Amino acid sequence: MEIKRRDFLKGIAGGAALALAQPALALAREKSRLPDAVGILYDATLCIGCKACMVGCRKANNLPAETIGPQKLWDNPIDLSARTLNIIKKYVSGTGEYKDREINGFSFIKRHCMHCVDPACVSACPASAMTKDKKIGIVSYNKDACIGCRYCQVACPFNIPKFEWDNPFPQIVKCQLCNHLLAKGELPGCCDACPTGASLFGPAAALLEEAKRRQKMQPGSYYDFPVSTITSGKIQYQQAAQYIPRIYGENEVGGAQVLMLAGVPFEKLGLPDLPSGSYVALAENIQHTLYKGMILPIVAFGGLIFLVKRSDKNKE
Amino acid sequence: MKKQNHFALDEKLSEISRRDFMKFCGIMAVSMGLPIGVAPQIAEAITNPKRRPPVIWLHGQECTGCTESLLRASHPSLEHLIFDLISLDYHETLNAGAGHQAEAALHNSIKENAGKFILVVEGSTPLKEGGKYCMIGGRPFVDIVKETAAKAAAVIAIGSCASWGGVQSSPPNPTGATGLPEVLKGTTVVTIPGCPPNPYNFLSTVLYFLTFGKLPALDDKARPKFAYGRLIHENCERRPHFDAGRFAEKFGDEGHRQGYCLYKLGCKGPITNANCPSILFCDVGAGAWPVGTGHPCFGCTEQAVGFKIPLHTQAEVSQITPDAAHAPIETEQGKGLSAGAAGVLGGIAGVAIGAGAVIAKQLGQSEEGE
Repeated sequence: MEIKRRDFLKGIAGGAALALAQPALALAREKSRLPDAVGILYDATLCIGCKACMVGCRKANNLPAETIGPQKLWDNPIDLSARTLNIIKKYVSGTGEYKDREINGFSFIKRHCMHCVDPACVSACPASAMTKDKKIGIVSYNKDACIGCRYCQVACPFNIPKFEWDNPFPQIVKCQLCNHLLAKGELPGCCDACPTGASLFGPAAALLEEAKRRQKMQPGSYYDFPVSTITSGKIQYQQAAQYIPRIYGENEVGGAQVLMLAGVPFEKLGLPDLPSGSYVALAENIQHTLYKGMILPIVAFGGLIFLVKRSDKNKE
Repeated sequence: MKKQNHFALDEKLSEISRRDFMKFCGIMAVSMGLPIGVAPQIAEAITNPKRRPPVIWLHGQECTGCTESLLRASHPSLEHLIFDLISLDYHETLNAGAGHQAEAALHNSIKENAGKFILVVEGSTPLKEGGKYCMIGGRPFVDIVKETAAKAAAVIAIGSCASWGGVQSSPPNPTGATGLPEVLKGTTVVTIPGCPPNPYNFLSTVLYFLTFGKLPALDDKARPKFAYGRLIHENCERRPHFDAGRFAEKFGDEGHRQGYCLYKLGCKGPITNANCPSILFCDVGAGAWPVGTGHPCFGCTEQAVGFKIPLHTQAEVSQITPDAAHAPIETEQGKGLSAGAAGVLGGIAGVAIGAGAVIAKQLGQSEEGE
């Protein structure tokens, strides 16, 4: 058996890099919602598709309009991008007559960062540029630490982080739940702008309670729905829709701080059907087992050395 | 009989009921964006004979369209305005006297009311060759304007010509037509641009000044914010058609008949600040403004738009907002590899492999050489 000089050097370099990366991987991880976690409850059945949240997001984050098409007439992004952190999309089926109905109906859906309980982007980031706030759990990004590898884009099961492809000094861009506004005691741009309470800000635990309350509502009966924040006191009194019996974000990939309710199955609204366990927990468990105490790498390295020595002897 | 008729006319002209009068004050307050409670204050300001303000109205290079527009105001009507609300001491179109008599009225009023009168200027001021392109009573208009403005309590430039030069200032501008703010540098000149301007924007400004003794809030072009604070596009009745992408493509086509957005016909609404769609013209009801009649806005209130950008040239939208359509759930993210792209990529890969092989070979040879 012959091992090329080149392959051998490659093996050494890889081993060294893994050995150095070892301490970073041994971080402690939380697996349930932080007690002070904040989030957004998006209720597609309350959404009227007015896009006020998109305008509010642009204002809050000082983002320019994104125009698609030859003429610059409208702010009309077709998906999340480096300039669009929040988008309202529309599902239409058949005649599209009925709101929140799967067949011959339509539904809006708001897409932005879910602020996962166990975020894959944070786990994948080799430079710790993506971080999850230890108190309120917002997943945010530090442009000074980012090395531009875009692992976070690949890791995210919701396809949220976007890259500035047109910028010579690019950054990763994603919703950071307006943490700059929260710090000033203000509300996230989208929830502040939403006229119907479809985007509702609040503590993640309270939002989960509210989502559960809505799941139990009698379709067609009238209920109070809070607007802007769960404790704002602003109330919209309206008919409850027929919810599908699922709170998206409650358990998906270990849960999220952004929760969603809808009248149309979430797969139809472009949200992937994900298992309840955390991918990150699985991946990190495998990694941590492999590298535990550096025993396996050292054994593998020893094996390599043995092979090289043997082939050298054979040559002689 | 004759006397009776005269009496009836007189009654019509002079007897304005308290109710009508207060209604007028209320309308004025609302058009200025002031609380309705200010109406009595306005009423007090204009009924106090001591405060009935003298107004001197000068005409430069213009078409008298601004005056014509004012003549068509109905609340207040012109006679109410000039007999009851203000004291119009000099106005070339409306003067009772003529010639020396009129000039004497002007000089007397300036002398008597120095520091108290409101100067309104309609039309641009020609500056070329000593201002000889506009002579009034044997004197260049520029001299008359400067002299009068020096003694005025407030100076208002009515119309686009007075505001920045208007149509005459378009190249080649043979007379050197200049707007009043430029002529009276250092003086605050309120501009009420428009061709013609809406008379209520002018009346409201005058009444604001009478009531509060100061000028209303002005924008960076010295236009009252209550009238010019927003784009035409923001309040346009055809805006939903714009948002939905429904445009008239040609005059008289199906879209034009349906009342679709006139943007593609050259509407300057997206770059023009004015309240035309909100207060309309001539008090005849809905649709009484250019876009309402099916003609694109040509931007008469906006310097560098009206008389500058050709009528049917499409404007660049200045405030880009969302459209009425929504993004689909799934968006196409590229269509895989096209044949051409595959060919190019294949070529590049081939070259790379070839070059790699050559380099490897040479490396081997040099090692052997050593």
